[in-house]
Amino acid sequence: MLAYLFRRVGQALVVMGVMATIVFFGLYTVGNPVDLLINPEDDLAAQEAAMARLGLDKPIHVQFGYFLSGLAQGDLGTSFVHNRPAIELILSRLPATLELAILAMTLAVLIGVPLGMYAGLRPNSAGAKLIMAGSVVGFSTPNFWQGLMLIMLFAVFWGVLPAGGRGDTVDVLGVPVSFLTLDGLSHMILPALNLAIYKMSLVIRLARAGTAEVALQDYVKYARARGLSPTRVVGVHVLKNILIPVVTVLGLETGNVIAFAVVTETVFAWPGIGKLLIDSIGLLDRPVVVAYLMLTVFLFVMINLVVDIGYSLLDPRVRIRGGGK
Amino acid sequence: MSMSVDTPLRRFTGDFVKSPTAVAAGIGLTLIALAAIFAGAVAPQNPYDLRQITILDGSLPPGSEGFDGFHYALGSDIQGRDMLSAMIYGLRISLFVSFVAVSFAVMVGLVLGLLAAWRGGWVDGLIMRVVDIQLSFPALLVALLLLAALGKGVDKVILALILVQWAYFARTVRGAALVEIRKDYVTAARSLALPGWRILFGHLLPNVLPPVIVIATVQVANAIAIEASLSFLGVGVPITEPSLGLLIANGFDYLLSGRYWISFYPGVALLVTLVCINVVGDHVRDILNPRLSR
Repeated sequence: MLAYLFRRVGQALVVMGVMATIVFFGLYTVGNPVDLLINPEDDLAAQEAAMARLGLDKPIHVQFGYFLSGLAQGDLGTSFVHNRPAIELILSRLPATLELAILAMTLAVLIGVPLGMYAGLRPNSAGAKLIMAGSVVGFSTPNFWQGLMLIMLFAVFWGVLPAGGRGDTVDVLGVPVSFLTLDGLSHMILPALNLAIYKMSLVIRLARAGTAEVALQDYVKYARARGLSPTRVVGVHVLKNILIPVVTVLGLETGNVIAFAVVTETVFAWPGIGKLLIDSIGLLDRPVVVAYLMLTVFLFVMINLVVDIGYSLLDPRVRIRGGGK
Repeated sequence: MSMSVDTPLRRFTGDFVKSPTAVAAGIGLTLIALAAIFAGAVAPQNPYDLRQITILDGSLPPGSEGFDGFHYALGSDIQGRDMLSAMIYGLRISLFVSFVAVSFAVMVGLVLGLLAAWRGGWVDGLIMRVVDIQLSFPALLVALLLLAALGKGVDKVILALILVQWAYFARTVRGAALVEIRKDYVTAARSLALPGWRILFGHLLPNVLPPVIVIATVQVANAIAIEASLSFLGVGVPITEPSLGLLIANGFDYLLSGRYWISFYPGVALLVTLVCINVVGDHVRDILNPRLSR
C-alpha cells in the first residue's frame, strides 16, 4: 500500500515537472506579456523598467532558475497582472469552482441514476427510448454550445434566470459561497446544469447497463421470489449493486468536471479557477497558468488515488497491491 | 446472410443495414462530409470573398431577403455573411482538423502500441506508463495547456489533438497485439526468421485494425468537439479560418441581444455531425464486438 502511494506521488511529480516546463518555456515563446500590460505610449525606458520589475529582462534559463528556486521554497511566483501570489489568487477562486462542481455532480446522480434504472428495468418502453435518445444527445452536445442554448432559452427568451456572474454570496468560515442566497442560487442553476448534463448522460448509461445486468441475477430473482415489494428489490438489491461502476466513473469524472468548468465558467462568466485560467492564458500571465497546472495535476492525482482506494473498499474483490499491476 | 460467399465485409454490411438509425446516421454523415469537401460548389456564397458579402445585409434573421435579393436561409452574421455558407466552410475546417489529427494519432498509436507489445520489458513499461498517466487527465485540459504554450493556428491545434489522442490508440493496439502475438501465424512468421518489422507491420498490423477503426470513429467525434471547445475558448483556430466552434464563439456576443441564429445554427450543425458519428460508431462497435453477436 505504501509503495503504491509513493509510486503514484512520484508519477505525479514527474508529470507536474514535465508539463510545467513545457508551459513555462512555451508561454515565453508565444509572446511578451509586457506588451499587454504597459501603456503603448510609454517610452522604452518605462518598458524596460516594467520588464525588470517582473524579472522578464533576464534570459529564459535564468528565469527558469528563479522559478525552480522559488518552487523549492513553496513559492509559485507572483501574477504579472494582479500583482498577487499566483497560488493565493487561485485559492481565492477555488471555492466558486468547487461549489459549482459539487452541485453539478449532485444533480447528475440524483437525476441520472433513477432515469437510468428506469430505462434498464423497462428497456422497451417509450420512456426508456426517450431517456436513451436524450442521453445520446446530452453526450454529443458540445458543452459550450449547450451553455449558450441554456442562456438563450432561460435568460434571453424567457428571462427567468440570470445569464452570467455569481450573484450575492455569504461568507461561511470566511469563504464566500453562493448556494445559501436566493440570488446566488439562481445564478448557479444554469452553469451547474450545463456542467451536469454530460455527467448525467454518462450516469444514465451506466445505471441502465448495470440495472439490465443485475436484474437477471439470481439474488434478484430470489428476492422477488421471497415476495419482497418491487420498490425494495429495486431500491435496495438492484441499486446497491449498480453503484460500484457509477461511483468509480463519477470519481474519475470529478477531474473532468474541473476541466469542463473552464468552458462553463467562460460561458457564464463564473469567477472560478477555469475563467481565471482562460483570462491568464489570454494575458500571458505565466505564473498563474503554471500554478494552475501544478495545482490541477495535484488535484487529479489525489482524486484518482481516492477513487482507487474507495473502489477497493466498495468491492472486496479489488485489492491494491504495492508493485506492478 | 444466406448469400453465396460470406466475406467479413459482406457480413459487416449485412449487419449494418439491419439498423435503420445507423443507416440514417451513415447517410447523414456522408452528406455532411460531401458538403464539407465540396464547400466551394455547395455553399450559396463564398463567405470569405469580400466581393460577395455586403455589410448592408448584416444581422439579418433567417429567411430574409438581402439588399440585392440574396436569400439568407439561416440569416447572416454581423458582417453580412450568409450563415449557411459560413457553416459549410466552417464544417470543412472542423472536419479537416479532426480527420488529420486522428489519422496521425492512429499512426503514432499503432507504431508505439505494436512496439510495446512486441518488445515488452522496459519499452512496454515506459510507453504504457506514459499512456496511463496521460489518460488520467482530461484531453480538453491537456490540449488547452499545450495550446497555451504553442500559440494559435490550425497546425498547432492538430498537433495538440495528436498529442492528446495517440494514447487511446496505443493502448488499444497493444491490447489487441498481445492477443495476436500468441497465435500460430505469428509463430510461423517468426520461425521463417522474418525481420521484426515485417511481422509487426505485415502480419500483426492488419489483425489489430478492427478495434482501432472503432475507436477512431469515436475519436473523430471527440476531436471535433475538443477543437470546437478550444476555438470557443480562444486558443484554437485563428479568426481567418473559422471552424464551427469559432463561429459559435463569434455569435456569443450577439446572443444576449436576441440575434440567436449566429451561434444557434452552427451549433446545430456541430451537434448533428457529432450525433451521426457517434451513432455510426456505436453500431460498428456492436457489430465488431463478438460478445454481443446474437
